[in-house]
Amino acid sequence: MSHELLLQLSIVVLLLPLLSFLIIIFNQKRLGKASGIIGTSILGIDLLLSAVIAYGKLVNYSEETIIQWKFNWFSIGNRTIDLGIGIDNLAAVMLIVVTLISFLVHLFSTEYMHGDKRFPRFFAYLGIFTFSMLGIVIANNLLNMYIFWELVGLSSYLLIGFWYEKDSASNASKKAFITNRIGDFGFLIGILIAFFAFNTFMFDEIFDQMRSGIIPFESGSILTAMGILLFAGAIGKSAQFPLHVWLPDAMEGPTPVSALIHAATMVAAGVYMTAKIFPLFTADALTFVAYTGAFTAFMAATIGITQTDFKRVLAYSTVSQLGFMVMALGVGAYTYGFFHLVTHAWFKACLFLASGSVIHAMHHSLHKLNDHHTDAQDIRNMGGLRKTMPKTYFTFLLATVAIAGVPLTSGFLSKDGILAGTLAFGNLSGHWIIPVLAFVSAGMTAFYMFRLTILSFHGDAKTEAAKMTHENNFQILVPLIVLAGLSIWIFYSFNPIDASSGWFAKSFKPVATVVPAEYQFDFILPLDNTAHNGDEHSVLNKLEEEMHHQHYTAMGLSLLIAGLAILLAFLFYQFKKINADKVADSIKPLYLFSYNKWYIDEIYQKSFIGGTILLTKIMYWVDTYIIDGIVNGVSYIIRVLGTFTGKFDLGVVDGLVNLSGGVVGFSGSILRKLQTGRVQTYLLLSVLGLIAVIWWIV
Amino acid sequence: MEIGLNHYLIVSAILFVLGLFGIITRKNAIMVLMSMELILNSANINFIAFAKYGGMNFDGHIAAMFVIVLAAAEVAVALAIVLNIYHNFKHVNIDEVSSLKE
Repeated sequence: MSHELLLQLSIVVLLLPLLSFLIIIFNQKRLGKASGIIGTSILGIDLLLSAVIAYGKLVNYSEETIIQWKFNWFSIGNRTIDLGIGIDNLAAVMLIVVTLISFLVHLFSTEYMHGDKRFPRFFAYLGIFTFSMLGIVIANNLLNMYIFWELVGLSSYLLIGFWYEKDSASNASKKAFITNRIGDFGFLIGILIAFFAFNTFMFDEIFDQMRSGIIPFESGSILTAMGILLFAGAIGKSAQFPLHVWLPDAMEGPTPVSALIHAATMVAAGVYMTAKIFPLFTADALTFVAYTGAFTAFMAATIGITQTDFKRVLAYSTVSQLGFMVMALGVGAYTYGFFHLVTHAWFKACLFLASGSVIHAMHHSLHKLNDHHTDAQDIRNMGGLRKTMPKTYFTFLLATVAIAGVPLTSGFLSKDGILAGTLAFGNLSGHWIIPVLAFVSAGMTAFYMFRLTILSFHGDAKTEAAKMTHENNFQILVPLIVLAGLSIWIFYSFNPIDASSGWFAKSFKPVATVVPAEYQFDFILPLDNTAHNGDEHSVLNKLEEEMHHQHYTAMGLSLLIAGLAILLAFLFYQFKKINADKVADSIKPLYLFSYNKWYIDEIYQKSFIGGTILLTKIMYWVDTYIIDGIVNGVSYIIRVLGTFTGKFDLGVVDGLVNLSGGVVGFSGSILRKLQTGRVQTYLLLSVLGLIAVIWWIV
Repeated sequence: MEIGLNHYLIVSAILFVLGLFGIITRKNAIMVLMSMELILNSANINFIAFAKYGGMNFDGHIAAMFVIVLAAAEVAVALAIVLNIYHNFKHVNIDEVSSLKE
């Protein structure tokens, strides 16, 4: 497969979902139910092509950094704006992740959205969303990425607010969009700094220039700022603290949307972008990224423990796992950050779709019971679903085990790598808080995921509705089984306890930093590897070496913590040895703090939203009394002046005109008498004139 | 008292002024015509007087003769016009004869 073919195929892969969107959106009435089949089959073809591309890139050209194509868009002044597409190893794998999950979500939705009155439009939106996401994936420059970045924002807005009749859904879509825009603003400033300094948007050209020593404004702090600003885009899209608030609310969208957007694609875009620009992060920027990720992971995990809405628990779990990925990139564990992105995509999509399956079944039985008050998503209304929905339970359990980091799963491999990375980073840089937060969050993840599983699937049915649920049909089960299957370790590395020897880690070797040495951690800087060239165990930098040393420590610790957490979850909720309510009562302030999501929404409500409203009120006051006052004052003055000039005009100017008119009229009326038309009068006058002339002469 | 040139000229001037006065003040067209005759005759007296005292021999006489002939022709034409005016207006008041003006 040649480079050209690979690139042409990528363009086809990019455009197919757009085609799906265009076909469906303009033929909604005509297609009806068929739109689901059309969307799904187009995505199926897309998936096959992506697999071909990924195979071509990872097998044939694995060693090549990037296969890309650039073209000139336009020139302005002495700057040229180039666009282009590029396939590197990251993009190759992301293509599969995006198209596979999008395909499965399409398939799932044909059943889940069955009977919705805007059924075709849903598939059209899924199409445009997939198109925008693929655009981000195959962008080889910041400008392309930004364009599709915003398109993703738009299409997620459409999808989250799909049931816009519900106030909560339309508010959630607005919240998601606006919160994302805040991050995007930073992203845009970062892009502009990069363009100003390097005169190009291309990743490889920026890296080349930095490698040769060019940095923005010759200042390390500007370089750090550029990195952090670009990362701000990821803070918005990947729901990092403090912009994570949109993601849990976005659960108002249909559940397949949650699986598509909030598991694998949109939120992954931020991490993906951070991975793409990873080489240009300075030491300070990396520390910032690492702390953001670690704090987000910890905070979201503490909130996840107490939530009672099925999807909300998953939402906070997503935020927490995204924190893990961002933290991994921040500490320099590049490979495992991206690895976790991929493994998380599978098991989180599986969890979301399984939750969709449960909610779908609950809705059905509630509908049969004519019950419109019970919340179909509240885990306190579930229980015992293990017996009625065994296949859903099994896939859900497999994904839960994976996210909890139990051995023999994909989640274990990736999380273990990240934890080793944090330990190594803590060891080398002295930032010990990060590994502590990471391990605590990992333990809490295991706890709340098993809490969710036990409360909803184990025990006895807590309501009539839960008892009457039954298993869904194959369109819902197939995606679940495929995704759960992908949570098994074997797909990434044959060794179930160490991913570093698997193909995945080999394809995604850490990339060398391009930041000048004085602004970078010395353990991130590439080692002089000439002596070990060709050696099986050659490593890029000291951090990687340290990660290998810390590998077993991290594994032991994470196994211990996860095991304890799972045991605790069983003691609490399965065997009821410890009464959860009593424990919650004894630490009531902490419980409420977590249950109310750290009051972050309330803080934003009071500070930013309240502040904005206060500001608008002040501005309104200023507008009413000061601006309007000035305007009215000026108008009053002008009115007075107008009256005055009016008087002046009437009196003086008109007076003069009338006076001259009057003088002329008066003299005319006198002189008119001379013009009598009588010859005798004229004769008299001429005689008098003659006499006068003679008199004057003589 | 020796009758000299001045006496003639004075008589002539009185006649001229009387004629002028008549032309200006009279409303009747006949009277205006008669006043014009007075002016012409005052001019004739001047011609004759300057012929006698100015040493111009018969030149003045000839001019006076021309004036008399011209006055006769003029009176004939003017009287014809006045008759026509009378025929149209039943009066000869020149102030009211202004139909051509309108």
